[in-house]
Amino acid sequence: MRQNSNIFERNVPGTTALLQKAVVGIAGCGGLGSNAAVALVRAGVGRLILADFDQVELSNLNRQYYFRDDAGRDKVDALAGHLRAINPDIKLDLHRRKLTPRDIPEIFAPAGLLIEAFDRAESKHWLIESWCRAFPRRHLICASGVSGKGATSAIKIRSSGYIHLVGDEQTDISMGLCSARVAIAANMQANIAIDILTTQKDG
Amino acid sequence: MITVNNRDKIEWREGLTVQALLDKMNYDYALITVTVNDELIPEEEYESCVLKDNADVCVFHLAHGG
Repeated sequence: MRQNSNIFERNVPGTTALLQKAVVGIAGCGGLGSNAAVALVRAGVGRLILADFDQVELSNLNRQYYFRDDAGRDKVDALAGHLRAINPDIKLDLHRRKLTPRDIPEIFAPAGLLIEAFDRAESKHWLIESWCRAFPRRHLICASGVSGKGATSAIKIRSSGYIHLVGDEQTDISMGLCSARVAIAANMQANIAIDILTTQKDG
Repeated sequence: MITVNNRDKIEWREGLTVQALLDKMNYDYALITVTVNDELIPEEEYESCVLKDNADVCVFHLAHGG
């Protein structure tokens, strides 16, 4: 039995209707993307466009929003199941493929804003360039420097125009990754998105 | 005067390009993304993008991990 009217009754007043009509793109469904997606669905975002080429491995479970039974499944499919378990009415566009710069304008055309949740710095770089070229007046929320442990207050937000970047901009994957630190950054990305979608006309 | 990351002040000169500014700043990060006055400058335009005086430059460092 669906009781969707109850999901959002504790939301911040005035935000639910705006979030329900919002479309958010998430490029990458790993530690950043999976955790950000969960936060956005819980907040009431109505539609997500998810893209990832990868399958769930046990080594992902230290930080990504997956469970043992997901191992071997495409991440977008596993994540879609978890998001629908929170809100069965969430609209999801699922893209099981490795994104390239030329995919961005088409796949994310309906998205009012994008969460960059890639793993590799080179990918973050081309995504920022291709998004800004395709959609120069749509917000892009990136993350850089989410590795290692502790250093909570080193995780910052810097913005320039429509580009926002969360992280310490230094720590690298070679240091290892910790659940809490990655999820903090992912939730900061989601928090920025929610703020934009509920306060700005052009979000 | 050019402002970088709301912090560093670099003296402006006629014809100063984004690439020349980055060289002067000695960034040792493998990957960066640059905006000038809140507009993204694609990497292939670093050499050709000439900075006007009082430009506000933002350099984001990109690190692996997510």
